[in-house]
Amino acid sequence: MSELTITALRFGFLILLWVLIFSIVSAMRRDLMVGRKAAAGTPTARQVRKNPELAEAPPQPVKQQAHQLVVTEGPLKGTTLPLAASPILLGRAQEATLVLEDDYASGRHARLFPQGSRWFIEDLGSTNGTYLADQQLTRALPVELGVPVRIGKTVIELRP
Amino acid sequence: MTQLSTIPKPRRNVELLLLLLALSVGIGANMLVGVDKEKAFDSDFWFQSSLLAVAALAFHVVLRIRAKYADPVILPLVVGLNGLGLAMIHRLDAPGDDTGNNQLRWTLIAMAVAIAVIWFLKDHRTLRRFIYISLAVSALLLILPLVPGISAGEILGARVWIRLGPMTFQPGEIAKITLAIFFAGYLSSNRDLILLAGRKIGPLQFPRFKDMGPMITAWLVSIGVLIFQRDLGSSVLFFGLFIVMIYVATSRISWVVIGVALILGGGFVASKVFSHVGLRIDGWLNAFTEEVYGRQFGGSYQIVEGLFGMASGGLVGTGLGQGRPNLVPFANSDMIIASLGEELGLIGLFAVVMMYLLLFTRGFRAALGTRDAFGKLLACGLSFAVALQCFVVIGGVTRLIPLTGLTTPFLAAGGSSLLANWIIVGLLLMISHAARGPVDTTPLPAGNEPAAESSNKPTEAVKPL
Repeated sequence: MSELTITALRFGFLILLWVLIFSIVSAMRRDLMVGRKAAAGTPTARQVRKNPELAEAPPQPVKQQAHQLVVTEGPLKGTTLPLAASPILLGRAQEATLVLEDDYASGRHARLFPQGSRWFIEDLGSTNGTYLADQQLTRALPVELGVPVRIGKTVIELRP
Repeated sequence: MTQLSTIPKPRRNVELLLLLLALSVGIGANMLVGVDKEKAFDSDFWFQSSLLAVAALAFHVVLRIRAKYADPVILPLVVGLNGLGLAMIHRLDAPGDDTGNNQLRWTLIAMAVAIAVIWFLKDHRTLRRFIYISLAVSALLLILPLVPGISAGEILGARVWIRLGPMTFQPGEIAKITLAIFFAGYLSSNRDLILLAGRKIGPLQFPRFKDMGPMITAWLVSIGVLIFQRDLGSSVLFFGLFIVMIYVATSRISWVVIGVALILGGGFVASKVFSHVGLRIDGWLNAFTEEVYGRQFGGSYQIVEGLFGMASGGLVGTGLGQGRPNLVPFANSDMIIASLGEELGLIGLFAVVMMYLLLFTRGFRAALGTRDAFGKLLACGLSFAVALQCFVVIGGVTRLIPLTGLTTPFLAAGGSSLLANWIIVGLLLMISHAARGPVDTTPLPAGNEPAAESSNKPTEAVKPL
């Protein structure tokens, strides 16, 4: 085979390597952009306290029957939180939407999120578990109005 | 530990497209290595290329069935790296050598095992039940090479191999995975305890002494590996893995400070006490002196030949099959990066490094996306283990740090390393499937549903009889 062909193949292969890399990066770019948009949506409890306007529902909220979350038992008893269309993180971590001051709750304990017209609760691998109407969660389940959700010593409910 | 969420999209067709591109890189490399010799397009070439393509496409089909939402770029990246490695090893085979076909056999075995992991495990959270078992398994795997009878004895100064029939195997490679599972399980359960208790000294909050237990254990294990197996690379790998996982779990910089101090202290003492560590460091610092270059044991001959090889490759390389990388000892395993650098040049070597970089970012991305703490830690730990391994090997070959005996993931000849890294890929794919997929909200099977009508009843839901 001639010297020229070999040189052409040699450079062609280097170009092929970088074509692979650029196609992978462009496949990833779309993925990253979607993630950033979605991640910017949820204000934390602290941000909500400082800027009340953040807590307002986005322009097109999903039609839901539940409009607030009420803590019925535990150290935060009486606290209410308005429900928007964004998911709510429950736990002791500062980043949680509802920061539970409860020694039996984990840092990132559970997540409450809307899907369709209903709210679902999902346990995030907490140490003591999450109970929906006295049944320990093993997967995401819908939360109906007034059904107690127990996290450590805290009990929350959804209200209209 | 934050969490990013995306709209669930399988994107398997994107994966198929990238996979075909990656296969063309692997097969193209295999074609180029023999293009001006009579061994181009021989039966070996067709055999190897078709087997690799069939295995990669089978993996893709399994992902379509079992992990529809898995990350679409991980498999193409790994297949590309593995194909490149196969081609290079095939090229370095002297007539009569069988390393290339052996590597292909191990690739197929490793891919089959990774497929089995994805097929049977279904959910990575199942592994959380086995954290103490995996600790015991790790201990067993690390002790095996020292047990007389199974041990393959001291090969090239390290006691890390066991003998299984005609083959040798490095159990330490698998221990990397089981240790990551243990650390992830242990830290995800005890994270709050480690995080809250502790004393503040200056700007750093130090953990309580009893919470340092696992860290001290990890340190002792790495020191044990260093003393008894004489394996510097694995020792750094295990300890680095633990530091990173505990740092990710607690986001306390004090762990990194303590860990780096322990590594530096241990490394300094080791370089004074153990001759093999001291020689490695001497061969790194004074690589170009004649005395060190020509020394029979622990000399710098290998590193310097590798550097000469990369220098002769220059920016664009000599072209696959055109250089003379086989002048370097262990050109197809420890020094495969130098061989690639010689034949593909700086541009090609950067492409390889870039592929590794993209692989880690996808691992960390899976960790950010998944919702459970165990999965986050496991994905972080596994991708970091691969990253650290790459840093130690490529840094060693390019004389940034002392050369240690770790394998280049997916590229270097060696079955145990391939097997372990493909299992890691299987686990990462599964974690990314959980991270990117939709949350399961379909109704439970009848009779298992929490009472929705309890909203009308007192809060203690009355269980039906």
